[in-house]
Amino acid sequence: MSFMIITMISVMLPRADVAAERVQEVLATHSSIEDPDPAAQVTREKGEGWRGVVSYNDVTFAYPDSDAPTLEHVSFTAEPGKTTAIIGSTGCGKSTLVQLLPRLYDVTEGSITLDGVDVRSIGLEELRRQIGYVPQKRMLFSGTIESNIKYGDPAMSDDDMRAAAEIAQATEFIDGKPDGYQSPIAQGGSNVSGGQNQRLSIARALAIHPKVLVFDDSFSALDYKTDSVLRAKIAEQASDAAVIIVAQRIATIMHAEEILVLDEGRIVGRGTHEELLRSCPEYLEIAKSQLSPAELGLEEEGGAQASAAGAADEKGGER
Amino acid sequence: MPGPMGHRGPAAERAKDFKGTLKKLIRYIAHERIALIVAIACAVISVVFNVVGPRVLGEATTELFNGIAAKVAGTGGIDFGRIGFILASLLCLYVTAAGFNFLQGWLMTGITQRVCYRMRREIIEKVDRMPLGYFETNSVGDVLSRITNDVDTLGQSLNQSVTQLITSVTQIIGVTVMMVSVSAVLAGITFLTIPVSLVLVVVVVGSSQRYFRRQQTLLGRVDGLIEESFSGQSVIKVFNREARAVADFDVDNQRLYESGWKSQFFSGLMQPLMNFVANLAYVAVVIVGAFLAVAGTITLGDIQAFMQYVRNFTQPITQLSQVSNMLQQLSAAAERVFEFLDEAEEGPDAETPALPACKGAVSFDHVRFGYVPNKTIIHDFSCNVEPGQTVAIVGPTGAGKTTLMKLLMRFYDVNAGSITVDGVDLRDYARDDLRRNFAMVLQDTWLFKGSVLENIRYGRADATDDEVRAAARAALADHFIQTLPGGYGFELNEDASNVSQGQKQLLTIARAFIADRPILILDEATSNVDTRTEERIQAAMDALMQGRTSFVIAHRLSTIRNADVILVLKDGDIVEKGTHEELLAAGGFYAELYNSQFAEGPEEE
Repeated sequence: MSFMIITMISVMLPRADVAAERVQEVLATHSSIEDPDPAAQVTREKGEGWRGVVSYNDVTFAYPDSDAPTLEHVSFTAEPGKTTAIIGSTGCGKSTLVQLLPRLYDVTEGSITLDGVDVRSIGLEELRRQIGYVPQKRMLFSGTIESNIKYGDPAMSDDDMRAAAEIAQATEFIDGKPDGYQSPIAQGGSNVSGGQNQRLSIARALAIHPKVLVFDDSFSALDYKTDSVLRAKIAEQASDAAVIIVAQRIATIMHAEEILVLDEGRIVGRGTHEELLRSCPEYLEIAKSQLSPAELGLEEEGGAQASAAGAADEKGGER
Repeated sequence: MPGPMGHRGPAAERAKDFKGTLKKLIRYIAHERIALIVAIACAVISVVFNVVGPRVLGEATTELFNGIAAKVAGTGGIDFGRIGFILASLLCLYVTAAGFNFLQGWLMTGITQRVCYRMRREIIEKVDRMPLGYFETNSVGDVLSRITNDVDTLGQSLNQSVTQLITSVTQIIGVTVMMVSVSAVLAGITFLTIPVSLVLVVVVVGSSQRYFRRQQTLLGRVDGLIEESFSGQSVIKVFNREARAVADFDVDNQRLYESGWKSQFFSGLMQPLMNFVANLAYVAVVIVGAFLAVAGTITLGDIQAFMQYVRNFTQPITQLSQVSNMLQQLSAAAERVFEFLDEAEEGPDAETPALPACKGAVSFDHVRFGYVPNKTIIHDFSCNVEPGQTVAIVGPTGAGKTTLMKLLMRFYDVNAGSITVDGVDLRDYARDDLRRNFAMVLQDTWLFKGSVLENIRYGRADATDDEVRAAARAALADHFIQTLPGGYGFELNEDASNVSQGQKQLLTIARAFIADRPILILDEATSNVDTRTEERIQAAMDALMQGRTSFVIAHRLSTIRNADVILVLKDGDIVEKGTHEELLAAGGFYAELYNSQFAEGPEEE
């Protein structure tokens, strides 16, 4: 009997050992992004509060396992009440750029500051509380619509939740559901459409009243109309926040105070829509592919409908 | 022995239908009946031989004792020849038993592994047949857990429980027969312990069984949670939810711990308790046996054999209790697997009528549909599409544009009215045959780990390499593929993140080319794509649409303008229908939508 048990153990031990090793591997990995030294930590939440001035100072970033930097010498400042837009082709580092702000990654060189304070000197929680981040991918959590909008602060009031949903243009479809805010959300938000998903993600970010709003290509699944109404609402309701928009669609960002054109990790143009049309060939190329010359104001402007119809003719003619 | 905290959980988590599940499982295994019968026979033979063993050994002891007694009395000596013969036959007995035991183990392992294999395959096949609705309400982690954990548990416990069940029962019967034949009195004493054992088994197993099921359920939930927190890492971090996410996990983890602890503790209790009872019987047999031997009503060898039988008698009872534990585990796991396998599937397939090659005429006739019974999304929609026509579907976000496409692909059935392809109702097609007429290019591209060649060939498995290249050229993807290291042999990684979004889309277009289906469903949204690629995608899509009936979720002006029919959806209903000019002239919702998109020029500022 005892001998049998020993035999059994000798079979099981190596299995346990392998399993334990693999678990240990995960446990032994530590995050490189940590809270600052308490002595050097800057906190303003309790005192004067944060304003939301974000500055990128000569930021260079390379992913740990890559040789070439994803971003090189990026500098810009986003101010409260203003919209800073970032546009560029796929893989140019736009998403990475905004992910550096909440310290999902740390810069390799240079610095990012909030109100002049290096983000690495601000407590992670405090820093992230100032940032309303809307990710590119569908990232809702299983639960209800309510639990998803209240994600950043489960203690928030229902009024705050509704207000956020209102700005995010989500009330219509939420009210249309039989269970309203209690409607279940499946894992990953797979039971709502892409556009609804984005609107809920936006509501989630707005609900925490952030000082900086970051939209990482978050309007792509919205039609133009919802897109423009939503942006107007945000400008109106969250007027004290700095807004950073990453986008592919010119129409989404053409009204931004400053537009940065990113190409292969470098800023190749900056300015307003009109300035860039004149000064930045990359921007013009993107713009031309999406809007007609008339819409871009390169030709004489007629009435809205007439010019649009004209644009349509030209587009149609291209085929 | 339910502890003081044993009654907290809802009673509903007991194994729902223990007997039913086992019956189902037996039917499931019936497939393997020949191997199973042989395995059982081997187990029985092996046990019978083992059971006879002590009796033979007892004979040797008696012989030895008699020999010594005779020597002491001076009447003879030990008959070593006879003892040697007895021991030799004993050896043969045990070797044969071991041989059969080995054969049985070999067979059973094969059976259980085949059953597991079949189950996994059936679950995967089932996944393909499930209506989409199922995955919208059930977590992926749960299904995943059924495939991995439950099938694994099932395999292990099936192997052990069948083997142990057969050997234990045979052993109990065999030992009983042997004991009674040796000494009815001693057998009687031993049998007195049976009720004690039974009571223990019932109490302990009863307590542990429901925790096994709960443990499996919780494991599925914990898996789902882990998956979610992995994919949602960045959001969890930015919204400062790390602590909450861990806390949420802890709640379920704690419950898993509790049910795991209880199920393990109760089942672990069995062995020591049964040992205790066995020892009691052992002592009783030795005492009474001694008296009987002194009285001369029993031989020494018989006592020796009997003591071994007592050991062999309580052991299978212990084993049986373990078997019942295992059966609990087994049925809990099997129940979850069967639950999934028995989940309502898409309605049965019709037999596709013999048809000439599909031309691509599609007709919607008074279609009414809603995902939930009393919430109609599409009220009364009719539309005729001629072969080769292009249908643009426009409308604001969430208007239900994809719903129409899902109906056309028959992921859902219409509630009223009908949809026909080439005049044949969708429901009269076998689903495979119906879907063979469609190719899709969606915004969410789906590529798999494998070479570019394999990914394109996914559209038609028997396509030659040249055909694949031709398709790639048609989709304007050939150029970029050539620039990849390894060209067509370039390996895409698991989420195809080593090519750009636009390139992915070109690959899916190439796939649609090679599939060469008469009807296309295209999602034009090209939001994640850079300019040059976007132009290329649009050109490729235009080429693809040539000569095919196309349904396009349209964003491009040129598509919309050139469409033969534009369907305008609003709040899940088709509000307008017509060509671009007709709709603009009508000045309705389309005109409003159209103008809102393009009134946004710089003059607005």
